[in-house]
Amino acid sequence: MKLFVFPRWANKTRLIAGAALGGAPIYLTAFVWYGFSPKTTDVGYQPKQPVPYSHELHVGELGIDCRYCHTTVDQAAFAAIPPTQTCMNCHTLVHPTSPKLLPVRESAATGQPVQWVKVHDLPDYAYFNHSAHVTRGVGCVSCHGRVDRMEVVYQQETLSMEWCLDCHRNPEPHLRPPSEVTNMNWTPPGDPIAYGAQLREQNNIHPPTDCSTCHR
Amino acid sequence: MAIASDINPYQGALKGDNAFAQITDNVSRIMEAPKPPRAWYIAMGFSLMLLAMFGASLGFVVWEGIGAWGHIHPVAWGFPIVNFVFWVGIGHAGTLISAILFLLRQNWRTAINRFAEAMTIFAVICAAIFPGVHIGRPWLPYWMTPIPNQMGMWPQFRSPLEWDIFAVGTYATVSILFWYMGMIPDFATFRDRSKTTVRRLVYGLLAMGWRGSSRQWHRYERAYLLLAALATPLVLSVHSVVSFDFATSQLPGWHTTIFPPYFVAGAIFGGFAMVVVLAVPSRQFFGLKRIITMRHLELMSKIILATGMLVGYAYGMEMFIAWYSGAIYEQFAFVNRAFGNYGWAYWTMIFCNVLAPQVFWSKKMRTNVWVIFFVGVLVNVGMWFERFVIICTSLARDFLPANWGYFVPSVVDYATLAGSFGLFFTLFLLFCRYIPMVAMAEMKAFIPEGHAHDH
Repeated sequence: MKLFVFPRWANKTRLIAGAALGGAPIYLTAFVWYGFSPKTTDVGYQPKQPVPYSHELHVGELGIDCRYCHTTVDQAAFAAIPPTQTCMNCHTLVHPTSPKLLPVRESAATGQPVQWVKVHDLPDYAYFNHSAHVTRGVGCVSCHGRVDRMEVVYQQETLSMEWCLDCHRNPEPHLRPPSEVTNMNWTPPGDPIAYGAQLREQNNIHPPTDCSTCHR
Repeated sequence: MAIASDINPYQGALKGDNAFAQITDNVSRIMEAPKPPRAWYIAMGFSLMLLAMFGASLGFVVWEGIGAWGHIHPVAWGFPIVNFVFWVGIGHAGTLISAILFLLRQNWRTAINRFAEAMTIFAVICAAIFPGVHIGRPWLPYWMTPIPNQMGMWPQFRSPLEWDIFAVGTYATVSILFWYMGMIPDFATFRDRSKTTVRRLVYGLLAMGWRGSSRQWHRYERAYLLLAALATPLVLSVHSVVSFDFATSQLPGWHTTIFPPYFVAGAIFGGFAMVVVLAVPSRQFFGLKRIITMRHLELMSKIILATGMLVGYAYGMEMFIAWYSGAIYEQFAFVNRAFGNYGWAYWTMIFCNVLAPQVFWSKKMRTNVWVIFFVGVLVNVGMWFERFVIICTSLARDFLPANWGYFVPSVVDYATLAGSFGLFFTLFLLFCRYIPMVAMAEMKAFIPEGHAHDH
């Protein structure tokens, strides 16, 4: 029986193996860094909603305040999704027969809520309180982006833990007077950092960064 | 340099004028035999059973959570950390033999260094599993490494538990490199003697194209020396860092400056005991008596005796310092250790670690394989109990009596402990059968025949 002998080209494989062994950690790091990042996996999430509701029209053009629909945002942890009745306040008179609004009218008639799809969905192990942020002067726009320019709402920020911590560790650039939280066009007067520091002092803001703040 | 015949354990062991061939034949025939000895099958069957138990118990812990173990309120570290320290300690003899004894030109090490190094690696594998599971979420151990991440989290570099990751990680890496590199010439021997295509291919790949040219040998020797120098500090650093897990805390019984040297001595002590426990049956069943001679076992017995005395000194010194410090909590911790709830564990430890090795003062005893094997087993038991005593008795009785408890291991605890031996022995038995168990090439340089014209 003829015994196995390594062919001559086998000598070259050492180089390839060396390059692969050296390159694998770099490739893996880059792969995880970019591929697993919420920037890649989560940002831009724009699910199809049951009703073609346009935030751009209602907020941007008509100027309805966020709190008209999301009523509990400054009182509770959860920013309420409006009941169908909120829609019907206007839509009994405005476009009462529009086919686009059919699911809303059905909901109003049957009492079954519209099945909105949640866009900004934090993991269940992370506790988040809307009112704690809104009443202290973190604007809606800081986390949700320019909703007044979104035909259909999508996720603009990563909502990653690091993203939360970035602001908790350095809140100044994201603070505004609590009266301006829903104002999408607000800009800080003068130096934003100095103004933020002043607001921080004034409103006694000390964002905690210990684990149990969010993981309760 | 001539080797004094009284130091060379191979003097007269390999009779005849073909000593080199005898070494190669003796070691290679284990791999070449169509079947390993019956004892190998029996041992393998038993090890695989234990390994299955290990898999089942770990699987249960992952499924059920670490509540499956017997941990109670003050004793949160229990068996997994006891086992971790035990297994990491076992590894130290391998590194000591391969690195320090090499640099000190203790040539007798060549007969045992290969499988002592193998033992190191297998022990570190067993050790790494325990903290990996003990963290409770074994799918997230990468949180302990400094990888930038979207959580904005960074390991706590002020924690000795974090230092452990690096100490044990470095240790495993260097040990594997050292072990593998040392085997390359022997893999080439196996490759050249192999009679089947598969073996030629596998051993050929492992030998990485070794041809035995003088240039290859030159570089090999250089690299070996460098790795030995790199591994040497690890003998001291790894178990020192492991001891910091305890010594840097405030708990009486743990908060002790003697811990680093005490742990290192204990690790070498326990490691050598494991080497003899493995060496005695291996040389018997694989016919290596002329390579691993009685002289080797005797030398190792002496090391066990010496390190056992160091460990005994540490036990005494702990008691002395507890008294001398005048700190009542410290005093209580040590009186409680010897005469409290866990007194039985303390005296088991004293018997196995301090009293049992004393038989090695007698030359008759340290040249009797049964005695050596039995003492080796006792020392391993004792060293396991040492970690149990340190961890469990200290935690169970801390400053506040309201905070006291008594740790009773669960069935799963015992199953994971016994199972880890299954993993260890399975790996070791596979190693015996398929990997050159003795450093053939290295050994040929040290037998008297290697120095026939050297005066």
